[in-house]
Amino acid sequence: MLNDVTFGQYYPVRSFVHNMDPRAKIVFMIAYIVAIFLAKNFFALAAVTAFLILIVLLSRVPFGRVLRSVKMILFLIVFTAVLNLFFYSSGAELHIIWHWKFITVSWESVINMIFLAMRLFLLVMGTSVLTLTTTPVALTDGIESLLTPLKWIRFPVHELALIMSIALRFIPTLMDETNRIVAAQKARGANFETGGLIKRAKAVIPVLIPLLVSAFRRAEDLGDAMDARCYSGAKGRTKYKKLVFTWRDALGLIFTAALITGIVFLNLYLGGKFAILDYFFTK
Amino acid sequence: MEAIRFDKVKFMYREEDGVYAVNGVTLSVNEGEFVAVLGRNGSGKSTLAKLVNALLVPTEGKAEVFGLDTADAKNVFEIRKNAGMVFQNPDNQTVASIVEDDVAFGPENIGVPREEIAKRIDFALDAVGMQAFRHAAPSRLSGGQKQRVAIAGVLAIRPKIMILDESTAMLDPRGRREVMDVVKKLNKEEGMTVILITHFMDEALEADRAIVMHRGEVVMDGVPEEIFARSEELESYNLTLPRAAYISKKLAEGGMPVKGAFSAEELAEEICASLRKV
Repeated sequence: MLNDVTFGQYYPVRSFVHNMDPRAKIVFMIAYIVAIFLAKNFFALAAVTAFLILIVLLSRVPFGRVLRSVKMILFLIVFTAVLNLFFYSSGAELHIIWHWKFITVSWESVINMIFLAMRLFLLVMGTSVLTLTTTPVALTDGIESLLTPLKWIRFPVHELALIMSIALRFIPTLMDETNRIVAAQKARGANFETGGLIKRAKAVIPVLIPLLVSAFRRAEDLGDAMDARCYSGAKGRTKYKKLVFTWRDALGLIFTAALITGIVFLNLYLGGKFAILDYFFTK
Repeated sequence: MEAIRFDKVKFMYREEDGVYAVNGVTLSVNEGEFVAVLGRNGSGKSTLAKLVNALLVPTEGKAEVFGLDTADAKNVFEIRKNAGMVFQNPDNQTVASIVEDDVAFGPENIGVPREEIAKRIDFALDAVGMQAFRHAAPSRLSGGQKQRVAIAGVLAIRPKIMILDESTAMLDPRGRREVMDVVKKLNKEEGMTVILITHFMDEALEADRAIVMHRGEVVMDGVPEEIFARSEELESYNLTLPRAAYISKKLAEGGMPVKGAFSAEELAEEICASLRKV
């Protein structure tokens, strides 16, 4: 069961990427996503792939572990890929391979399918590197820090971050509690394993209600404990942990900037994703 | 110096109850004292604790901490800085997922500068013997360890009074021992004023003074040994004797010439002495 802070998928090793500032990592991830969607041809995607491989190597997370994150959305990738294969159409003329009623498979749709699948693949792999190398606590700190400008429009940044970190902290506690309640209800003859969907959904109710009641009681206790420890909102509060931007982040910045520039140039000089077809069909 | 002063304090949770949870308590606790507050469930002992650090404010009467009236909203922050509180459930007091972050929570709240917070975390974790778990996840610790972290979280605010509201109630014997050792050490070495709310009579023996509450009133107040000597009176408040005292009393009733003992060692010696006589 998930009974650790490192729930989710944090991979605990020390590495260049692990030691980067979470704020920097979040920004780089956004830049990386932008890069994926900027890429118009296979050369640009190859550049993104090379970048990803470099990052994974630097993070010392095994490739298998990163690939595992794709498993969860494999169905989505296959599904969209198949749809694209059969139903691709554009204004331009297609090089048709096979046609049956409303289904058309063309060279363009094959290319498009591969391109799309690669994009999704890179997207998921890249974002999972972030969660594999950053603890939820560090992520929360990073998000809080990045959202700081929103304080100007009176957005409760500190409160939001506190809510997030308390939620993270209570996940293992509530997990244990759920297990205990399930065991208690089983001991009273509750059945969670058999029956149809509705029957099973109904069986969950006797677990959810005690869990909810206990969560409220815990919240009340926690409120008292926070009051007793002088909590009075963001005003006049200091912060123990300070995020520091280091040479690693500066290096990351250079890498990411190089990636984006590289992709723009590759897009400009090497044509669209179908350029490869021109090479074959104009011979 | 007087740390806590209660003057005819009454407190009612809801007016429709019509019952005072604390009913006219007058009390004075000096700095450096170790006071155990005893009483059965619903005797008002936890309410009394919450009245000290202004989590609750008296309905009638006056409660003062270092001369500051708890009813005055301006004083609340200062009072809570001086009177820290550890609660019953070890799972419901931590706010962070890492021990040191949780200990930092209090000092952060009162605006302590960063470098100073680091020092305070060191001090607090050393005091409770949890330095080795500085980067651990509280959810992975045992109950006793969690409570020690909670004590460290309070210590980092550097209070003069530490209130433990049944903080050992949910722990196993070993966890209870851990927490009691830390509390005793704080009282002896740091001169911390300790208010220990408990229903374990044996814990009360470690205090300098014991107060018995019954139906919201203070009915007994004195040195623990003295209080436990009045066993009939204690029984009338549905309280039992510490285990060793209970056994020695029963032995004496059965005709064995043992004097009242309070600890297992004392009891053993008494039994040996009486056996030698025979």
